[in-house]
Amino acid sequence: MSCWQTVQDYAFRSIGYGENLLPRTDFTLCQQVTLIGSGLIWNVYFGALALAFGFFFAIAVALAKSSRHAVLRKPADWFVFVFRGSPLFIQFFLAYETLQLLPKAGIEVFGITVETAWTTRAWAGALFVLFLNTSAYAAEIFHGALKSIPRGDLEAAEAYGLTGFQKFRRIQWPTMLRLAWPAYTNEAIFLFHATTLVFFSGFPAFRQMGDALYYANYFADKTFNPFVPYPIVAVYFIALTLLLTFVFGLVNRRLNRHLPSNQKSRIRLRPQIIR
Amino acid sequence: MFAACADPKAIEGLTWLTCYLTSGKHLDFYWSFLTVLLLLAITAPTALAMGFAGATAARSRFLPLSLLGKGYAAIVRGVPDIVFFLFFVIALDQGIEYLKSLAVCDDPVWPWQGLEFRVCQEAKVPLGASAAIWHQAYGFGLAVFTFALVFGAFAANVLYGAMGAVPKAQLETAEAYGMSHAQVFRRILVPQMWVYALPGLSNLWMILIKATPLLFLLGVKDIVYWARELGGSKTQAYEYPHPDWRLWYFLGLLVFYLLFTKVSEVVLARLSARLAQGQATAGGEALRKAAA
Repeated sequence: MSCWQTVQDYAFRSIGYGENLLPRTDFTLCQQVTLIGSGLIWNVYFGALALAFGFFFAIAVALAKSSRHAVLRKPADWFVFVFRGSPLFIQFFLAYETLQLLPKAGIEVFGITVETAWTTRAWAGALFVLFLNTSAYAAEIFHGALKSIPRGDLEAAEAYGLTGFQKFRRIQWPTMLRLAWPAYTNEAIFLFHATTLVFFSGFPAFRQMGDALYYANYFADKTFNPFVPYPIVAVYFIALTLLLTFVFGLVNRRLNRHLPSNQKSRIRLRPQIIR
Repeated sequence: MFAACADPKAIEGLTWLTCYLTSGKHLDFYWSFLTVLLLLAITAPTALAMGFAGATAARSRFLPLSLLGKGYAAIVRGVPDIVFFLFFVIALDQGIEYLKSLAVCDDPVWPWQGLEFRVCQEAKVPLGASAAIWHQAYGFGLAVFTFALVFGAFAANVLYGAMGAVPKAQLETAEAYGMSHAQVFRRILVPQMWVYALPGLSNLWMILIKATPLLFLLGVKDIVYWARELGGSKTQAYEYPHPDWRLWYFLGLLVFYLLFTKVSEVVLARLSARLAQGQATAGGEALRKAAA
């Protein structure tokens, strides 16, 4: 079987298109690269969606955390503490066990049955945990940025008669984003790395359609040789990291476009492990 | 455990719970908390030592040594998280067995043949016939080494940055007083760098705490393993039948980790206040003002 044939069979296997059965004997390098790359679709899915939703929720939490009212501040504090203070791995297990307790038949709300069976699937449940987790980490970053907005900027805004939401939208929000962006870039990278934990976490891989690490682990188990699949995963992730840095770098350049070049905040890659 | 627990079917209520929580398997579960603490207690100083060695090597004026130090930090930090954990333990295990096979086997052959890794019986580490405790200890040792190597790279990076943050003028003054390089390093650089290193190191400590559930992936019977094992529903065939309680076990683990990180946070905050004393930093300045 030619390599091109393998690519056609397996490139989208992780989302249900193409060959149904995984290869069982005579594993080729081409199969490993293709299938692990196919699994990467899930990592990108988890990372991108959690990041997209988490961005807005994180800003809301950061604002609540710097609120003067304890009613808003305390829940935000606790949210950040719980999700940053415990291992993501444990959060996955806990979420899975909790979601399993939901009645299988669905919940009756105002006469309509809300389906609950899908929540124990990795694609939904794991995404939910990742969303909350990244929100907590990003909220801490945004909170820090909110606090380090120069006081002069805020005073100037007030002198111009900006108050409330206007002040937030025109001054606080753009400055916060600009200050937080390098740290937020790193957070995005950790999030993508953290997606590898999903299929080791209690959430089942549906019909052997797993993420990159799932397939890498499959090959490592079958061939007793970890020296091929895991480096493939590593290379894929390094490429993903470079792509992310590039995209976030573009945004960073736009956020800093009004500043002289000596004041621009630079994105520095700070890879970190496990959360 | 207790005399009253002799017949689990006959007892009820709190007594049942007490008996349940002190059963043999639960004692193993409690021990596994100590395993985690032991792992941290061994890993943290080892990683710090490796980080110190790495950072010192990276600062060396002898080029190969400095490249070695920088390369160590760069390579380990570049590879994504658990890929390294999964990969490295197997690689280390096979590497050790291969080296041993060179020494003890009659005719050592290249062990990676086709799809399998094969060494002769005598080269297995630990030997197939040795007691279970040795297998556990070996697995634990591999895990500790992997953790220490990974976190050592991060510590090296932090310490390297901290060494660079010590004001240059201080080092130059020390040299002007006639101290040798080793003396400057020992008396000026090392005592002062900790205050700059502490934020990074405390961050690392937090990550290390949160990385401990991964022991489960490395094949050590840790708290996650036991929580899954004990929490799963037990039918009448078992001594203490109960429904699926994994949720409660994992909730317990969550609380354990939250408490642990909270306590660490408090201790580290105190430590950083202590270290800031008399330093030429904003923190030190605040302390000076508070005292005056």
